[in-house]
Amino acid sequence: MNTILTQSAADLSAALAAGETTSVELTGACLERIAEVDGAVHAFLHVDAEGALAEAAASDARRAAGSPAHALDGVPIAVKDVLATEGLPTTCGSAILRGWLPPYDATVVARLKAAGLPILGKTNMDEFAMGSSTEHSAYGPTHNPWDLDRIPGGSGGGSAAAVAAFEAPLALGTDTGGSIRQPGAVTGTVGVKPTYGGVSRYGLVAMASSLDQVGPVTRTVLDAALLHELIGGHDPRDSTSVDQPLPGLVAAARRGASGALAGVRIGVVKELGGKGYQDGVLVRFTEALDLLVAAGAEVVEVSCPHFVHALAAYYLIMPSEASSNLAKFDAMRYGLRVLPEHVEDPSAEDVMRASRDAGFGDEVKRRIILGTYALSSGYYDAYYGQAQKVRTLIARDFEQAFGVADVLVSPTAPTTAFKLGEKLDDPIEMYLNDLATIPANLAGVPGISVPSGLADEDGLPAGFQVLAPALADDRCYRVGAALEAALREKWGGPLLDQAPSLTAASRNTTGASA
Amino acid sequence: MSTTQHLIAWDDVLASYDPALGLEVHVELNTRSKMFCGCPTEFGAEPNTQVCPTCLGLPGALPVVNRKAVESAIRIGLALNCDIAEWCRFARKNYFYPDMPKNFQTSQYDEPICFEGFMQVTVPGEDGADETVRVEIERAHMEEDTGKSLHVGGATGRIQGADHSLVDYNRAGIPLIEIVTKPITGMGERAPLVAKAYVSQLRDLIVALGVSDARMDQGSIRADVNLSLSPRGAGTLGPRTEPKNVNSLRSVERAVRYEMQRHAGVLDAGDSILQETRHWHEDTGVTTSGREKSDADDYRYFPEPDLVPVAPSREWVEELRGTLPENPTLKRARLQQDWGFTDLEMRDTVGAGAFGLVEDTVAAGAAPQAARKWWLGEMARRANDTGVEIAELGVSPLDVAAVQALVDSGSINDKLARQVFDGLLAGEGTPEEIIAARGLAIVSDEGALGAAVDAAIAANPAVADKIRDGKVAAAGALIGAVMKEMRGQADAGRVRELILEKLN
Repeated sequence: MNTILTQSAADLSAALAAGETTSVELTGACLERIAEVDGAVHAFLHVDAEGALAEAAASDARRAAGSPAHALDGVPIAVKDVLATEGLPTTCGSAILRGWLPPYDATVVARLKAAGLPILGKTNMDEFAMGSSTEHSAYGPTHNPWDLDRIPGGSGGGSAAAVAAFEAPLALGTDTGGSIRQPGAVTGTVGVKPTYGGVSRYGLVAMASSLDQVGPVTRTVLDAALLHELIGGHDPRDSTSVDQPLPGLVAAARRGASGALAGVRIGVVKELGGKGYQDGVLVRFTEALDLLVAAGAEVVEVSCPHFVHALAAYYLIMPSEASSNLAKFDAMRYGLRVLPEHVEDPSAEDVMRASRDAGFGDEVKRRIILGTYALSSGYYDAYYGQAQKVRTLIARDFEQAFGVADVLVSPTAPTTAFKLGEKLDDPIEMYLNDLATIPANLAGVPGISVPSGLADEDGLPAGFQVLAPALADDRCYRVGAALEAALREKWGGPLLDQAPSLTAASRNTTGASA
Repeated sequence: MSTTQHLIAWDDVLASYDPALGLEVHVELNTRSKMFCGCPTEFGAEPNTQVCPTCLGLPGALPVVNRKAVESAIRIGLALNCDIAEWCRFARKNYFYPDMPKNFQTSQYDEPICFEGFMQVTVPGEDGADETVRVEIERAHMEEDTGKSLHVGGATGRIQGADHSLVDYNRAGIPLIEIVTKPITGMGERAPLVAKAYVSQLRDLIVALGVSDARMDQGSIRADVNLSLSPRGAGTLGPRTEPKNVNSLRSVERAVRYEMQRHAGVLDAGDSILQETRHWHEDTGVTTSGREKSDADDYRYFPEPDLVPVAPSREWVEELRGTLPENPTLKRARLQQDWGFTDLEMRDTVGAGAFGLVEDTVAAGAAPQAARKWWLGEMARRANDTGVEIAELGVSPLDVAAVQALVDSGSINDKLARQVFDGLLAGEGTPEEIIAARGLAIVSDEGALGAAVDAAIAANPAVADKIRDGKVAAAGALIGAVMKEMRGQADAGRVRELILEKLN
């Protein structure tokens, strides 16, 4: 493998600035790597080699002229297929949007382009971001680079796998209930869900508007901070975006990497651990906690009693919003159009019904049905209304916990990556994977997942989650970077150094091709 | 089309039933951009040219509230004596229809921005004098309009029988304010007039506020009239129907009257009223069955998660209160007194849509009765002949005032003034230019007049003798002859004087 591929975005930025490499060389290396391993990994749904190389050449020209647009100018990136990219297919992993070419860019994509980051392509995902394994993609699953028979997490398994497989140094993901952090945990990468409103959702095809957030998917905490600062900040096109400057995230990551955590109070959430969590995951979690204490942090146990209802509330609010958000996919203006069989002179309604039936997968239909039911007259108060109350109580739990702790921590996901197909027939088992990540979405607070090591029983990556109060994303970066530094010292390098080589494996596995 | 309806005679309806009205009026705001995006709102543009990802509901696009629309909503609410919410949200009204890009309408549900208001509506009373009816306003809320379906290939332009349908999304996302009354009961025979007067005065209010074009014919004001009957004295509300496509004030009145007679027919026959929308046919004056509308229609409303709550500060609300124009009803009462109009004269003026025109004509210097006479007589006749509203005739209040000033100064008379209006409508220039070009000025040349009078006396010796004998009334015949000779361009009073002088 070309050694340029394993470098962090921060190092690549420095190398580009120093003239040690070019964006064309770097982008070309990523494209080669994709060609080499993505047949096995299937992280990408669409690769835009031509567009990425053209942007890389333009970036090199800017660098040569001494006027780079941004520190990350020229560093290539992969984008989750739920973000609108002008002229590049955007399918959300669904058959109903097969071939749809958006006429506009999501705000985060526009910011990437303005900063000069070549977009390598669009990454695979569970259909409309509904899932925890990327198996619900209409275009076939993504495989975990650590073990190609296992899931890469979801819904953003494509972005996490692309970064873990060194196909891209950076990626964008979206997180509604853990779709950035859980894939990060099971692929040994870093994922951040920013504060709700911290990053524009304009151009993010909504699953659940009040929960969705765009965030960075990277291999290091510092890279995540660099990318977060680039995409974050107020957007007048998104009413829910927060109109105030981001805290210094890169500075917080650098400060954390120096290792000193004196005076930082770390709250261990009692409800996010124990029963239902894999032993190896818990062992790595406890060890990580010890490292933070060694760095000077103070550990307190906190209780968030309403977290036990988070999953139930989430599975009412999310499908309710999704049922309405996905109503627009009706074959009238764009996307798949299917004429019903055995219907003469079909009405618009007949065509809508047939197209939605053919275009949506089972998990999407399940959630639309759930949400439609929960919002129905006579059930609204008992379901949606009640869930919103739980949501308020969860936010209060966070408030109280942040009264005694600066950050809260937990394992990111209860288990390491499970086998492809293992939980497909049991939605509840699948949903339980997001147990620890969902509360942050319900309360709108930021969270980061940092690799905590490999579980002893299966040798697969586990994740350590750090949650902070809304708008205090910098705390996630500080603590995350401190943990990353301590663990790397212990391991003698990044966790991904221990990942198997894909070049041997790829010949034996048949993945759907990009 | 449904079968012929059995209508009950009007007096019999009133003898047996009490009507209850509920009015929902949609006002299309005249903001420069749409409710949730920056697209322009011009009426009549090429289909699908005023659209963007947001109003087309493309995946990923998000709404942003138009502050000007909120301002207009608050001003309407204040003018209707409503409370203004300190905090309210938008809600999604979910239903599938091709002209609705997102398959939900962003509207307001249980948290309207304006609520609990009222409007004093003036209606003609039984003795001819005006009476005031207080109409309670339940709410006024903000929402977005839908696109417009065009059904092609059918005979009626309706969806039934059409080959295919086209959708124009230019209208999708245009800001609407929906104003909903509480049930209006106890109106008896006045119910149709109250409905009409309410819509008419609401329109005047909207015009005075300047927040909408307020054109019923273009759909910028749309009135849905809910009507139900209950047995006299029962004090209950019966099942209601809602005529759609009621596109003029006259139709509001007719549709209510028709539905009352139709309901009574159904109820008298022992049947029950189906709760539904009805299609009003302007040409035939009947309604036909539309879409069944049960109270169980489930729109699965929930708070719009893509928008933040609207929380107008009290300072802003008070600032907007300061921008309200004079209440049109109060203003009408004030001007009626100033002008010395009777209730009937005032009602006719308002009914003809000439109130503002008369006001502006008086402001330009004309006497109120002269202004009224021109607008309700000559202009109303011309408008009627050409099938337009008098306001759109092409004659301005300034024109009328200028013509009247020329009449007052004796330069022209009423008959010549009509020719001046011909010239104005033909675009021949100012009244003065038209008078000069058409040679319409009254002849005040005493020589020419004297010659014409002499000629008339000479031609009618018998008449002249009568006048000499003191039968002054006979002068009319000679005046007529002179006026004819002068082609009307003489001051009849002066002609009379000359005749009497010469025959004394």
